[in-house]
Amino acid sequence: MARSMRKRGAFPHTAMRAAEILAPFLLLAAVWQIASYNFPSYLFPSLIDVFVHTIAIFASWSLFAEVLATVGRILAGLVGAFLLGTAIATVMARFRGIDRFLAPILNFFQGIPALSWVVFAIIWFHGTEPRIFFIMTMTALPAFTFQVLDALRGMSNDLVEMVMSFRPTRGKMFRVMILPAILPDILTAWKVNLGNASRVVVVAELVGATGGVGYELLQQQQIFDMAGALAWTLQLVFFVLIMQKIIALIEAYAFRYRAISERSL
Amino acid sequence: MTLAADAREAEIHLEHVSKWFGRGENDAEMLRAVDGLDISIARGEMVALLGKTGCGKSTTFNMICGLLAPSEGTVRVQGCDPFKNFNDLRGKIAVVFQNDRLLPWRTAIGNVELGLEMLDMPRPEGRKIAQSWLSRLGLEGHENDYPHALSGGMRQRVSIARAFATDASILLCDEPFSALDEITGQRLREEFANLVRENRKTAVFITHSINEALQIGDRVVVMTRPAKIAYDVRLGDGATSEQNAAIRARIQDVLAA
Ligand SMILES: Nc1ncnc2c1ncn2[C@@H]1O[C@H](COP(=O)(O)OP(=O)(O)OP(=O)(O)O)[C@@H](O)[C@H]1O
Ligand SMILES: [Mg+2]
Repeated sequence: MARSMRKRGAFPHTAMRAAEILAPFLLLAAVWQIASYNFPSYLFPSLIDVFVHTIAIFASWSLFAEVLATVGRILAGLVGAFLLGTAIATVMARFRGIDRFLAPILNFFQGIPALSWVVFAIIWFHGTEPRIFFIMTMTALPAFTFQVLDALRGMSNDLVEMVMSFRPTRGKMFRVMILPAILPDILTAWKVNLGNASRVVVVAELVGATGGVGYELLQQQQIFDMAGALAWTLQLVFFVLIMQKIIALIEAYAFRYRAISERSL
Repeated sequence: MTLAADAREAEIHLEHVSKWFGRGENDAEMLRAVDGLDISIARGEMVALLGKTGCGKSTTFNMICGLLAPSEGTVRVQGCDPFKNFNDLRGKIAVVFQNDRLLPWRTAIGNVELGLEMLDMPRPEGRKIAQSWLSRLGLEGHENDYPHALSGGMRQRVSIARAFATDASILLCDEPFSALDEITGQRLREEFANLVRENRKTAVFITHSINEALQIGDRVVVMTRPAKIAYDVRLGDGATSEQNAAIRARIQDVLAA
């Protein structure tokens, strides 16, 4: 009964949702388009130009390869920061002394601007890729570490003791208890850090990259091509949106055990 | 030393065991949960543990299980230190906790299989055993439900199934039947008693019901706060109703003190 009712209402509901999501963007686009009629195109280019540029990036393999290069740099840096952060968090969760020692250092790191890491990377490293990898990893490391640490600390002690009472090996403890317990927080951490990383990567690519979205943005700036700048920016936005969607799908599958309350917060 | 002989004979042996919990930095703030507890439980015994709330029963269980280290004294389970030789007792002790403690990300049957997975039992076999325990506890048809979709009593039954499925020789049950209705509780109590007797298991179960203690215990132990034994009595099979009444009166007295 309840199910069939939901089904009947499904289409208009989805359409409403889509309209809700699209409305602000349509308004923004309209305002921009009106502005483009009244200002020179190097300030507010027509959205049609932006669209053409965007399609051109998708259509040209050599241009799209630059998007992929940037995506690769984001993911490499995040994976590096995640692995390192997880290792550090695990040690911090196990040993109080190490926690007390490392927490202030990580806090200190969190205060360092991305641009400073760019400068350090240029001084300390040779080659574009190691520099970018270093910047991406260092900027994401403190957040990942604290997030994984909180997830580990937030595990239910009752459940940990219950699993412990069966005397599992370390590996089994990890598989049946720790991983499922911290997964929600880990996925949230990825969502947050993906957004941050896509902003940092453009700065990181200024360290002399000869390709990538950051490099292309710099080119557009030099020729004052606003439509191009927007088109390249949109590539990163698309990437973040796609990744968020993928994480949301993983969540929907992994957390199907969760109760759905009929009364929301 | 008396410990050596007794500890080898007894399945569970506690000698001068104390446990205190720190509250704040200074020792003056220590809370004594268990105070110089001595108890020996033989193989095949079924011990009912009574005591007022907060007297340290669950804490004692946690020490027997090896989840907590005693602050003082010795705990031996089958001759091992359950805390230090933690892995040596794998598969030997099963615990029914006071609250159900089901893993929310596992279905009912997945939760029952947990202990079997820890013992490296092949999956199909584990599934069969888990299935049969769920059926025995009246949970047929709910195997694939997640805990949030089960009632409190059903969850508690899943946690009983989880403990019994491992076929451990020692069962520690913290109020296993308290969340059940009268009829189901009665059936499970009988089944529990049979199971323990048939398989010559050693069982310690905490209860707040004197009736339950007298009905299925071979021995009733009453604790005071902080956990120390105030009364310890073995129930003979051929006890007359007067004898039982006297024991009941005595338990009531001790609990009221
Ligand atoms: N981890 C802990 N930290 C601090 N104090 C604790 C801890 N565990 C138990 N206690 C204290 O120890 C005492 C005994 O607790 P315990 O849980 O063993 O009681 P219990 O006999 O099982 O009670 P109940 O019948 O209500 O379950 C309580 O006063 C409690 O506050
Ligand atoms: Mg208790």
